[in-house]
Amino acid sequence: MILVWLFVLPFIGGALCWQIERFGRGLPRWVALGTMFVVLALAAELWFIGDYSLTLLGARHVWVEEFQVPWIPRFGISFHLALDGLSLLLVFLTGLLGVMAVACSWREVQRHVGFFHLNLLWNLGGVIGVFLAMDLFLFFFFWEMMLVPMYFLIALWGHNVPGGRGRVYAATKFFIYTQASGLLMLLSILGLVFAHYQASHVITFDYSALLATPMSARLEWWLMLGFFVAFAVKLPVVPFHNWLPDAHSQAPTAGSVDLAGVLLKTAAYGLLRFALPLFPHASREFAPIAMWLGVLGIVYGALLAYAQNDIKRLVAYTSISHMGFVLIGIYAGTETALQGAVINMLAHGISAGALFILCGEIYERLHTRDLREMGGLWSRFPFLPPIALFFALAALGLPGLGNFVGEFLVLIGTFKVDALVTVFAASGMVLAAAYALILVQRAFHGPVRGPDTAMLQDLNGRELATMLTLMAVLVWLGLDPQPALNLSAAPMHAVQTLFQQAAGTAAAAPGMP
Amino acid sequence: MNAMFTTAQWLALSPILIVSATIVGAMIAVAFRRHHWWNATLVAVGLNLALLAATWLVLPLLVDGLPVAWQAPLHALLGPSPLPQFVTPLLVIDSYAAFYMGLVLAAALATATLSYAYMEGHKGNQEEVYLLLALSTLGGLVVVCSRHFAAFFIGLELLSIPLYGMVGYLVRERRSLEASVKYLVLSAVASAFILFGMALIYSQTGTLLFAEIGARAAAVAGAGQTILLVGGGLLLAGIAFKLSLAPFHLWTPDVYEGAPAPVTAYLATASKTAVFALLLRYYVEARGYDHRALIDVLSAIAILSIVIGNVLALLQDNLKRLLAYSSIAHFGYVLVAFIAAGPLAVEAVGVYLLTYVVTTLAAFGVVTMMSSPYRDHDADTLWDYRGLFWRRPYLTAILTVALLSLAGIPLTAGFIGKFYAVAAGVDKNLWLLLAVLVLGSAIGLYYYLRAMVQLYLRAPWVRRYAAPLNWARGTGGIMLLALMLLMLWLGVYPTPFIAVVQAAVLGGQ
Repeated sequence: MILVWLFVLPFIGGALCWQIERFGRGLPRWVALGTMFVVLALAAELWFIGDYSLTLLGARHVWVEEFQVPWIPRFGISFHLALDGLSLLLVFLTGLLGVMAVACSWREVQRHVGFFHLNLLWNLGGVIGVFLAMDLFLFFFFWEMMLVPMYFLIALWGHNVPGGRGRVYAATKFFIYTQASGLLMLLSILGLVFAHYQASHVITFDYSALLATPMSARLEWWLMLGFFVAFAVKLPVVPFHNWLPDAHSQAPTAGSVDLAGVLLKTAAYGLLRFALPLFPHASREFAPIAMWLGVLGIVYGALLAYAQNDIKRLVAYTSISHMGFVLIGIYAGTETALQGAVINMLAHGISAGALFILCGEIYERLHTRDLREMGGLWSRFPFLPPIALFFALAALGLPGLGNFVGEFLVLIGTFKVDALVTVFAASGMVLAAAYALILVQRAFHGPVRGPDTAMLQDLNGRELATMLTLMAVLVWLGLDPQPALNLSAAPMHAVQTLFQQAAGTAAAAPGMP
Repeated sequence: MNAMFTTAQWLALSPILIVSATIVGAMIAVAFRRHHWWNATLVAVGLNLALLAATWLVLPLLVDGLPVAWQAPLHALLGPSPLPQFVTPLLVIDSYAAFYMGLVLAAALATATLSYAYMEGHKGNQEEVYLLLALSTLGGLVVVCSRHFAAFFIGLELLSIPLYGMVGYLVRERRSLEASVKYLVLSAVASAFILFGMALIYSQTGTLLFAEIGARAAAVAGAGQTILLVGGGLLLAGIAFKLSLAPFHLWTPDVYEGAPAPVTAYLATASKTAVFALLLRYYVEARGYDHRALIDVLSAIAILSIVIGNVLALLQDNLKRLLAYSSIAHFGYVLVAFIAAGPLAVEAVGVYLLTYVVTTLAAFGVVTMMSSPYRDHDADTLWDYRGLFWRRPYLTAILTVALLSLAGIPLTAGFIGKFYAVAAGVDKNLWLLLAVLVLGSAIGLYYYLRAMVQLYLRAPWVRRYAAPLNWARGTGGIMLLALMLLMLWLGVYPTPFIAVVQAAVLGGQ
C-alpha cells in the first residue's frame, strides 16, 4: 500500500493546493511543501525497512515492495506497482527535488499559486508513477500523463525571453516532441504484447511476463527502436534534443528543476528498465550506435553550452552533455558502467537542479539571464557566487563530488567495451571544464557592467538551506557513494546479466556479427 | 407473411416504438399549447424511456461479467435476454443494435438538454426543435437496426431530413440558413449516390438483404464483379459524405459553424455514430471485407481523412470549425480500427465511438453554454474563450478534459479509444495506417493545445460571458459535469464500459 500512497499523495496534495488557495494565498506553498516532505519520508522509510541486496532470483525479479490489482482484465492489464533499488533511488531524488522545486518558487510564483502547485505536484506524482509502474500500459499511462502539467507549468508560468518565440511555443514544442515519440512507444508496446500473445496465447502487459518474449530478430529490432526513440527524445539524445533548450529557457525555475532533475531521468530509467531487458539482442546490436550518439551528445552539448549567452540555455546544454554519459553507460552494459550511469543520473539531477535554482535566484535579483549583462557579481553577493562555483565545479566533474564518481565509473566500465568511445567521451570532461569555468568567469568575475554597482540582496535563509542541502547530498554522493551503489547493485546486475546473455546467444547464432 | 409479432419481438422493438409514440405525443402537445418546458420535458421523458428500454434489453447479457454471487439472483430477476430478434426482413435487434441505440439515444438526450439551455433565449418558436430531434433520433434507431437496404435507406433519410430543419433552425441568421441549404444539397447528393449504389448491387445479386448480398456476391462472375464493385464504391462514397470523411468532407466546417451549437453536437455524435454502426454491420454481414479493392479504398479514405482533418484544423481560429476538422480526423482513426476487421475491430469501433460521443458532447456542450441565440452568432472564436479559466474554472475544466480527450491523452476517455484503435491495427499489422495515425495525432496535439492554452491565458480586458455564473445549476450544467466525470471514469477505469461493448455482438446471419 505504501507504494500507492507514494504516487497518490502528490495528486491529493495538488488538488488540495488548488482549493486551499481561497483561504489564503500562501497556504498552497505549505501544503505542497508538506506533501513532498511526506513523500520523501515515505521513501526514506522504504529505504530502512527493505532489503535491497537481493532482487533477482534466477531470471525473475523479486520486488522489495509490490502492489497489484487487476485493472483492465480485457487486455491483461493490472495496476502493478513494484519497487526495487533503482526505483527507490529515483523516487528519493524526485522527493528531494520536489521539495526544492516548491521552495525555489516561493517568491518567484505570485500568480495563481494554487493552480501552479497543482501542476507541479501532479507532474511529480506522474513521475513517481513512472518509476514504480511494472505494467507496460500503466507505465505508458504515467509517462504521458506527466506531460500535461508540465505543459501548463511552462505555458502559464514561464518567461517570454526577449528574442525567443515565447513560452507557449516552447511548451507546445515540448509536448509534441514527447507525445509523438510516446505514441511510437505505444505502438511498440502493443507490438510486443501481441508478439507475446502469439507465442503464449496469454494477453498481458505485465513487465515480468513480457521479459524474454520470443520474437524474430527483425521484429525485436523495430520494437526496440520504438522504445528507444521515445526515451531518446526525453533524455535527450542529440538529433532529438531540439525541444530542451527552448523548454528550459522559457520554463519557470521550478519547471526547469523538475525537467532537468527528474523528467530527463525517466528516460534513462526507461532505457534501463524496459528497452534493454525487453529487447536484449536488438539492444546489444544497437549498442555501438547508441554509444556514439552519446559521444555526439557529450561533445555537441558541451560546445553549444560554451557558446550560450543565456545562463539557463547554457545549463540546458550541459544537461544534454551529461546525459550523453548516461547513455554511454547504459549501452556499455557492464556492471560498472551501469552503476556509473545511475550515480550520474542522481548527481546530475542534483547539480543541474541546483544550477537552475541559482539561475532563478540571479534572475530574481538582476531581472536578466544574459551573461553579457552580468559580470562582477562576486563583489555584489557574499554567498551566491561561491555556491554557484561549487555546482559549476560539480558539473565539470571535480573529484569528491557526485558527478565525478558517475562519470568515472561510466568511463572505466566502457573502456573494456569500446576504448575509442571512452576516449572521445573523456574529452567531454575537458570541454565541461571549459563551459563551467566560462560560466563562472562571465557571470561573477570581471568588471561590474551597467550603472548599478550596489550590493544585491543575498540569499535568504530558505535559499541558503536548499543550497546547503543539495551541496551536502552531492558531497556525500562524491565521498561515500557506496550506499547508493548498494541500492542499485541488484537491479543493475540483472540488466547486465540479460545484456551479456544476449551477447552469448547473439554470438552463437550463425551469421550474426 | 405473418404480421403477428411475438412478445419478445415487441419487447425488442420497444425503443423504436417509444420514440415513435413520443413524436406523436410531442406533435399533439405543441399543437395543444406552446410551452418550452413542457414540450422539452415530454420529449426528454420519451427518450429516457426508450433509453431505459434499450438498456433493459442488454442488461441480461451483462450479468455474466459480475461477481458470481450476484449472477443467479440477477438472472432470475431479469430473465433471459430477448436478443437477437429478427423483426420482419427489415430489422434485426441484436445486442449490437441495442448498444448503438443506447448510444444514439443518450446523445439525443444530451442534445435535448443542451437545446433547452440554448433555446431559452430564442425569440422564435422554441418547441419544434425537440420534435425534429425525436424524428431524427427515430431515424438513427432504424439505421442501427437495419439489415436490409430498404430499412437502411428509410432510416438514413429519416435521420437526415429533420437535420436540415435543425441546422437552419435559427431562420433569421444567415450562417444557419446557409449551413442548412449546404447540408440539404450535399446530403441529397449523397443519398442519390447511395441509391444508385444499392441499385447496382441489386442488379447483380437480386436481393436487398445484407446477408444474402454477401452470400450471392461471391457467385457473381466476370463483368458482374465490376458492377458490384462500382456499386459498393458508390455506396461507400455516399456514406463517406454522411460521415464527412475526406475527400467528401467539404460541407463539414461550414455546417458545424453555422448550425446552432446543440444541433452541431447532435450532428457530430448521434448522426455519425448511427451511420458508422450501419457501415460496420453492412461490411460484416454483406462480406464487404472480402473485396480487397474496397478495403484499399477505405484505407485511402482513412489516410486522407486523418491528414486533411488534422492539417486543416491547424489553421482554424474558430472552435466549431476546429472541432469539425478534428471530427474528420477522428473518423479516420475509427476507420483504422474498422479496416482491421474481426471481433477486436468491432469492439474497438464500439469503444472508440463511445469515447468520441462522450467527449464531443462535452466539447459542444461547453460551446452551447457559452453561446446563446440572442447574439448574432455562437461564441465560437478561440478569442471568446481566452482567459475563461479565471472566471469559470469548472466550465473550463470540462472543455480542457474534452480537448485532452480528443487529443488522446491518458486519464481521459480519448486515450482508451485511441489505444483500442491502435491495438486493433497492430493486431492486423496495418503499419502504414498506424504510422499515419501517429503522425496525425502528433499534428493534432498542436491545435488542441493551442485551443486549450487560450482558456488559461490572461485576457487583456474583461470580457462579457454568456455563460451565467450559475450555469452549473441548470440541467445542462449538471449534464456537462456528469460528462466530464464520465470522460475521466472511462479514462481511468474503462473495464465496465468494455464489458458493455463486448456484450454488443452482431447477431445477424
